[in-house]
Order: sequence, then C-alpha cells, then structure tokens
Amino acid sequence: MLLTVDHVTRYRYDHPVRGVAQSHRLTPSIFDGQRVLSWSVMVSDATKGAQFRDGAGDALQSWTVKGPVSVVEVRVRGTVETHDLAGVLRGHRESVPPDAYLTDTPATAADLALRDLSAAAKGTEGPLAAAHALAGAVADAIVYRPGVTEARTTAAEALALGEGVCQDHAHALIAVARAAGLPARYVSGYLFADQEGAAYEAAHAWAEVYVAGLGWVGFDPANRCCPDARYIRLGSGFDAQDAAPIRGVARGPGHEALEVSVTVTETAAQAQSQQ
Amino acid sequence: MTTYFNEMYQASSSGKSVRPPYARLEDWMKSMPAELRHMKQAEAEALFRRIGITFAVYGEGGDPDRLIPFDMFPRVFTSSEWSRLERGIKQRARALNAFLVDVYGRGEIIRAGRIPSKLVYQNAAYEKAVAGFRPPKGVYSHIVGIDLVRTGPDDFFVLEDNCRTPSGVSYMLENREIMMRMFPDLFRENRIQPVEQYPELLRRTFASVAPDKCDGEPTVVILTPGHFNSAYYEHSFLADLMGVELVEGQDLFVEGGFVWMRTTEGPRRVDVIYRRIDDAFIDPLCFRPDSMLGVPGLMDVYRSGGVTICSAPGAGVADDKAVYTFVPEMIRFYLGEEPILQNVPTWQCGKSDDLKYVLENLAELVVKEVHGSGGYGMLVGPKSTKDEVEAFRARIIADPGNYIAQPTLALSTTPTFVAEGIAPRHVDLRPYCLVGERIELVPGGLTRVALTEGSLVVNSSQGGGVKDTWVLAE
Amino acid sequence: MLSRTADNLFWIARYMERAETAARLLEVGSRIALLPSAAGYRNEWDSLLQASGNADSFARKYGEPVQRNIESFLFFDRDNANSVASCITTARENARIVRTALTAQVWDALNSAFQELRHLERTPRSELELSRLTEWTMRHSAMVRGAIDATLLRNDGWDFLNLGYHLERADNTARLMDVKYYVLLPKVDFVGSGYDNYQWTTMLRAMGAHRAFHWAYGGEVTAAKIAHFLILNPQSPRSLITCVAGLSDHLDRLAKAYGACTPAQEAARAMREGIETLTVEGIFDEGLHEFLSRFIGVNADMGALVRNTYLDGDR
Repeated sequence: MLLTVDHVTRYRYDHPVRGVAQSHRLTPSIFDGQRVLSWSVMVSDATKGAQFRDGAGDALQSWTVKGPVSVVEVRVRGTVETHDLAGVLRGHRESVPPDAYLTDTPATAADLALRDLSAAAKGTEGPLAAAHALAGAVADAIVYRPGVTEARTTAAEALALGEGVCQDHAHALIAVARAAGLPARYVSGYLFADQEGAAYEAAHAWAEVYVAGLGWVGFDPANRCCPDARYIRLGSGFDAQDAAPIRGVARGPGHEALEVSVTVTETAAQAQSQQ
Repeated sequence: MTTYFNEMYQASSSGKSVRPPYARLEDWMKSMPAELRHMKQAEAEALFRRIGITFAVYGEGGDPDRLIPFDMFPRVFTSSEWSRLERGIKQRARALNAFLVDVYGRGEIIRAGRIPSKLVYQNAAYEKAVAGFRPPKGVYSHIVGIDLVRTGPDDFFVLEDNCRTPSGVSYMLENREIMMRMFPDLFRENRIQPVEQYPELLRRTFASVAPDKCDGEPTVVILTPGHFNSAYYEHSFLADLMGVELVEGQDLFVEGGFVWMRTTEGPRRVDVIYRRIDDAFIDPLCFRPDSMLGVPGLMDVYRSGGVTICSAPGAGVADDKAVYTFVPEMIRFYLGEEPILQNVPTWQCGKSDDLKYVLENLAELVVKEVHGSGGYGMLVGPKSTKDEVEAFRARIIADPGNYIAQPTLALSTTPTFVAEGIAPRHVDLRPYCLVGERIELVPGGLTRVALTEGSLVVNSSQGGGVKDTWVLAE
Repeated sequence: MLSRTADNLFWIARYMERAETAARLLEVGSRIALLPSAAGYRNEWDSLLQASGNADSFARKYGEPVQRNIESFLFFDRDNANSVASCITTARENARIVRTALTAQVWDALNSAFQELRHLERTPRSELELSRLTEWTMRHSAMVRGAIDATLLRNDGWDFLNLGYHLERADNTARLMDVKYYVLLPKVDFVGSGYDNYQWTTMLRAMGAHRAFHWAYGGEVTAAKIAHFLILNPQSPRSLITCVAGLSDHLDRLAKAYGACTPAQEAARAMREGIETLTVEGIFDEGLHEFLSRFIGVNADMGALVRNTYLDGDR
C-alpha cells in the first residue's frame, strides 16, 4: 500500500515558556515491510539538534525552540510504501539484545491477574503460538473503549477495568508476554483506518514479541491481528513513555495544552509514481 | 576467637615488633601525650570546619554541617605493597571497562556463556538507551573506586567495585592537607608519595575523552544535583581544584547537537560532563520524565557524539554486587590474565544451593543487598543479635535475588586514637583509579576506619571515620 | 562566569542590604511611634508596613500592627522573605552555593552572621531590646560589606555583588523616604511643622545619616534639604544618585571586561543622566511620592534588565 500521513501536534502554553526541548521518534523504521517515499518533520521556530539512530534501530531527532514562545507545532508529513509481512519485523537492524526486553517498567509490571492471564501461553506449541494466544487473551480481557484510561494507566489497571485503548492493549500484552518469559516491547506508529471501521486509531500503538528463530513479531490486540500493510512503524521501547514519538520539556511555569490531529490516507500508486 | 592482622604490630620472639612501614610512627605516637593529642585533634577539627568539609549522613537528616570524624593516626603502605595493589587495581579497572564496552556492544562474554544474560540485560543498571553506542576511547567508567580489605600481610580482597561516581576523594586530599599542616615533621622523616596531583590527573582524564567533535581545549564541567546534596562539598571542592565550573542541570541546555552552559557572557559549549547525578535523573527526555535535576536532550547529544558524559550512562551494570562475582572471569576473558586481587567468596541468594547455605550459616555471614550501598540494608551476622538475624532471614526469604552473602572477613586493624588512648580499629581502603586515554592511580586512597571497638562497618554513614593513607617511596 | 553564580552573588548583596533595610525600618518605626499619635494620623507602624510593601502579608498573619508583632515580622519571621532572619539565611545559603567564588573572609562574615542569628533566635525575646537587634544587623551588614571590599578580587563577580548592592540600596532608600508619605499624607498642613521635622530627623537617624546631614547642610532640617541629601547628593552613600552612579559604573566595568555593550549599560546611563539633571524643585513639583514611586519602578526595570542580560542565561 501507499500510505500518506499528515500528523500535526500543537502545544499551547497559557504563559509563554522560556524554551522547549523535544526528542522525536517520528521517522518510519527501516525494514522490509516499509519504504519511505517522502517524509518530513517540521517544528515551528525550532533549531534542529542531535540526530542519530539508537541501539533499537530508531531514528531520533532533537529539536529546541527558543523562548519566549506560546505555541509549538510539530508537523509530520510523508508517504510510505508498505508491505504485509504478517507482523514479522524482517530486515530491521538493531543492537539491543532481545533479553533486555524482559525488564518490567511500572506500566508493564505484571500483577496477579496479568500472571493468570499469561497462563494462556501454557500448552501452546512454541513461542509464536504462545504469542498469538496471549494477544488473543488480551483482546478478550480488555474491550476497546476510549476515554476510560489515560496516559499513565498501567497494564494492571487496564486489565482490572477490562477496558482501554491500544496503549493499554499493548502494555497488557507486553506484561503477559514477559510473564511468560518472552521478550516483548511497545511499538508506536500509524494505522490506516479502512472503511469497514475495524481499525480505530490513526496514531497507533501495538506490541512486538520476540520469537526465537523468527525475530520480532508484531501483535495488535486492539485489532486482533498482526501488523500488515496498513501499519507504519516508527519506533519501540519498554512501554508507551519509552517509545513515545515525541518527548518534550518546556522551561517555565506555563501550563501546556495539547492538540493532535492525525490522518492516514491511501494514495493511488499511479499518482504517487508521477510525482 | 578470630585474630586480626594488625598493620603496625606483629607478633615476634620478643613479644611484639613494629612492622617496617610504621617504624617511624612509634616514636611520634609516644611523643604525644594526651593533652597534646586533644589539642591537635581540636586543631584538625577547626581546620576541617574552616575549609568547610562537612558531611551529611544520607537519609538521616540531622545536621548537614556535621564533620566526618578524622583520625590523625595515618595508615601506611610500603611501595612494594602498593605496587602489587596498583597492578591489581588497574587490571580490574581495565577489565570492568572492557566488560562495559562488550555488553553494550556485541555481548561476547554472554555469548561465550561466561556470565548469565539475565544478570546483565535484566539488571536495573543496564541502559538499553546506550546499547550500540561506544563512548570516546571506549571508556565507560572514568573513575573506578575499588573497595579493598586486608586480612594478612599479603592478603587483600576486593569488597566491591564502584564504577559510577565513587565519592570520598575529597577526604583523601583533605586528610593529607591537614596532616601536612599539623605534622610537617612527619613528612620530613617519612618519604611519603604525594596525592595532590589527583585533581589535575582527573581533569586530564576527562579532557582525554572529549568527543571527536571537540576542537581545541575541551571544556569540562562537574554536574551536581545541587547544594542540598550531601556530597555538594566534594563537588565544589573538586571543581575548584580542577579549575572547572560546577554546574547544575539548569545551567546547561542543548541546542544544535551540542551542550551549552549559561554564562554571563552568553552560551559556552561544554565538551565533557563529570556528572554526580544518577542515570535516571540526567535527562527527562530519555529517562525519568519528572527529573528536574538533569538536562533535557542531553542523552541525544551524547549518543550523537556531541558531548562526553563521565561516567557513561549504563556504567552501573558493572558494579552491581551480583555482577561482582564475575569480575575475575572478566579479567580472564578480556585480558587473558589471572586476577591479581582476589574477590571475597560470594553466595548469590538467588541461587537455591547458595541460598540454602546462607540461611544455614546466617549468623556467621555478612549479607548485603545487591543494589545497596553506604552500609545500609546489610547484616553482619557475628555482630548481630539473634532477633536481628531472624528478622533478616525473613527479608532474604521474601526476595532472595536481592541479596548476596559473604564470609565475615577478619579486617585488618591499624592503631587509632580513641578516648582511652590508642587502640586497634578495623579499616578498609578505597583507591581511585582514573581511566581515560591512560590509566592512572595516585599512590593513596581513602582509608575508612570503624571507630567503634570491634565494629567491622566502616561506612561514614554508620559512624566510621577517615585516615590519611600513606604510600612510602622506595 | 556561570550565570547562576553571578545570580547568587547578586542576591547575596541584595539580601544583605535588604536585611539592613528591615532593621532600619524597625528603627524608624520605633522612633516615630514614640511621638504621641494624633487623631487623623494613620497608625505609624502600619505606614511602615505600607512603605516596605509588606502590609498584606503582615495583616494576614498578625492582624494588629503593634510593636512586638512588627518586630517578629520584620526581624524573626521566616515566612516573611524580607525579614532580617530570612535575608541573612538566604544570603548565607547563596554564599554556600558559590563558596569557591568568595574569599574565606567574606564567607566567614556571612557564616558568622548566620550562626549568631541562630543564637539570637534561641534567646528569650524579653532579653532582646529592639536597638540591640537593629545594631546587630547593621554591624553584620557592615562586616560583610567590608570583607567584600577588602578581600575580593575585582573581577566580574565583584561587579555583580555591587550591582546587587546598588540596585537594592536605591530601592530601599526610596522606600524609606516614602514612609514619610504614608505617615503624613492625610494632613498636608503638617508639612513644615515641628512634627514634620521631627519625623524627617528620625528618618535621618535611622539611615545613620543624621550627623552627615548636618555636616553637609547645617541649620534647619527641611524637606527640601533632606530630599536633596537622599536623592541628589553624590556625597551621601545612600542617595539615589550615588546608587545609580555605582550601578552604571559597575555595568560599564562589565561591558569592558566582556568586550560587549548591552541595553543594560544604555539604560543605566540614561537613568544616571535623568537623575543628574534633576532639581529638588522639580521633584517637589512632581510630588515626592510620585517621584519615588516612579523611581522604584524604573529601578525595578533596571534590575530586570540586569537579570535578563547576565543572570538568567537565556541570552
């Protein structure tokens, strides 16, 4: 598929702040399932800072905005050609050992209920089947419902609620996979929402589980599938905070209000090739 | 009854004799009647106060202007004793750095099965954020503080390694300064190797690991959590002696791929940061988002080669008490050498066989938390009551992986001034090994002394004191 | 120099000067209060709080402005950031942070003020005469100032200390003079009366300038002479013109040392020219209170400019 992303994030401060520093994971990953045709990230009135690829293979870019400033706008635009690899992260270069992703964070720590849920992996044949079973169990246990959880909700809390959004599904899957001894991590990216309404959020998140012999494999419990050509992968981390596409800090007392708009549209192949 | 090695006196045919390094100290000691000694002690204290060297006990509140007790009786090594220690310490510092380069690189030692993956990659101090990044000159731990104890004339054991930001070096320097001021004659009579070059060596060490992008003389700064920190005195003392700025997080900012400090003449680029802040707090954009102590964006600049951070984030994975067990293995693996300094035999309570042994022999062992420091959260079996031992037993059973145990070592003693006169007290030693382009070790270190009779806990937070440490010239 | 270090030095000076002012305010107040109060006058202690800009926070905590409460508030109260105790503690804390930028003598002076303060705080209040408190404050303020002048390197740090002193002192002189406005405002016909002169004299005493004034002017104490002395006389160490000149001189030294002129230097020069061309008549035409209010505003802007230029590091 050819997917075009238009993603605008606007930070408004009620008092002008003295400066803003941000670190972005806003560039599509490099692997066999996607190829960037065009991509740009613009930050209003900002200076570009450090740029590098980290051990997890993510492209990071720093920005700073000199104050006083009241509005900072981050605009991401671009087109990516995607292929369905059935969730397998093939051809991705990284140097963090999978075992590092067995470490819990507060958001992904397994409580008793999550440990019980991880029993879904028992009796399955091999880690791939186990991961599928766990993703299914998470999808069954947490019903998609926006507005009931928030950014700081943990996997354990979401499971107790039985409701949540893609972030909660991903956290829960990571927690149960780690509890079952499988390395797992959080992935942030975009999702093309098709007409049938099966897919929910354009700014999306899912989990990857490490399957020995196959490598990292994505699972999206929110949509009960593995990432396919509708998905664009940006970066990964232990949890949502660690994998956040934008992390930022403002200097000054101003209260921050956030507006986000994301659209992912399918571009006709013909039109794209003429550009 | 355990016998302890006394570093000054040894048993001989005629009763007891003085070991050679202390030969000239016996007269000095005898020449000091109680009044003179009290006077000198008061003078030393006044000097410490004037210089401003005080110590706040971690986690205990209390008077932040409290002095750490200083014992005037020096601790002495001969040059041949020292040269063996020096080789052992440098060897260890090299191996620890090689290990860090490896575990953030290809992980050969784990692939070779010489150390368990879990111990490294699931270690709380392992930083995924720096995997695949190689710091300048491949140095992670620029100051390796190695805690040593002695049990006999030639028997030294490494108690633990400190690869992050070992503290206390200001005491090494101040103790010497005070001793030279108060007892100049001692320094004329004994040929004592100097330690005062340490700050300059430290600065040079940092300058030698400046990033490639640095052109010209590197600007080095010390990053402190602030003046409320218990070690603030040491931070400001070192900054002053090194001739570098002492900065807080708010004094630095990142822009255009570099780190800058805010000065009255505008921004000035910073090349090397000696940070005295834990990893978790140095950059809210990479680690704890609520940290107010760090510099937002610092880790991005670091990982793109715009600045050097000392010690490197992630260095803590090498000084964990569970990883400690494998240091001799590291020395063999990376250096192809046999360890010159021995480890203390250690039982990992996380292993069921070890746990069984530990629980059966708890009253004879020293038990420590894997991530503990400062003498907190530890049990000294032979010095504890039955109830204390039982209470600790419950804690170990609740979380065995969090504890290691070691035999109770017969720490050596040195003569120490106490209320009744002079008496032997147990000591340890922390030398500070500098690792940059070269590896340097000043002849000396911090000797900590357990001032309470019979006590084996030397930590200043637990009532320990300090001594000047001499290495005699040949 | 680190901007934060400069900031710490700047505030050491400001707080030491502020401590002295709190003590002087106490002295003015206690002397004015010795006069029998007449109907129609505001409570003198209240006027003092008005002038120092602390009336609201005082009222919230203490209610009635009686001498003992005022003493507590202006000298001992840690909740009042401008009390002598708060100022000395803050000055000493700022000094502790930048210990290495100070000489042992300056540190000793600040530290011993702090240590003695702790002792005073433990002394029963019945044993503490007001005059003892005010004299104690002046003495330590002078010792710190003396140590700075006698021992500190004349580098940029010294300039920042002096900028702090001059800005704070200008503000404080203006505010102390303004106490008169609050005391006398309701009854303009008292101007020129014996009562009026008594109050002016009290003010001079409190500023430690009583004798200096007589040396310089002699004869009757008049409002015009006092205004000249405290605003326009470059011989007076506390006059606004002396403070503004000092401010401008130290900014010029900085510009020279750094090889860079900034809007701060221009603003200070303009301020200096403004005050040098003033006359007492001009000030009274504008109204003393109006002039002082305007000056306090300009001086505060000057402080903000120094901060933005050198101290907050956002340049």
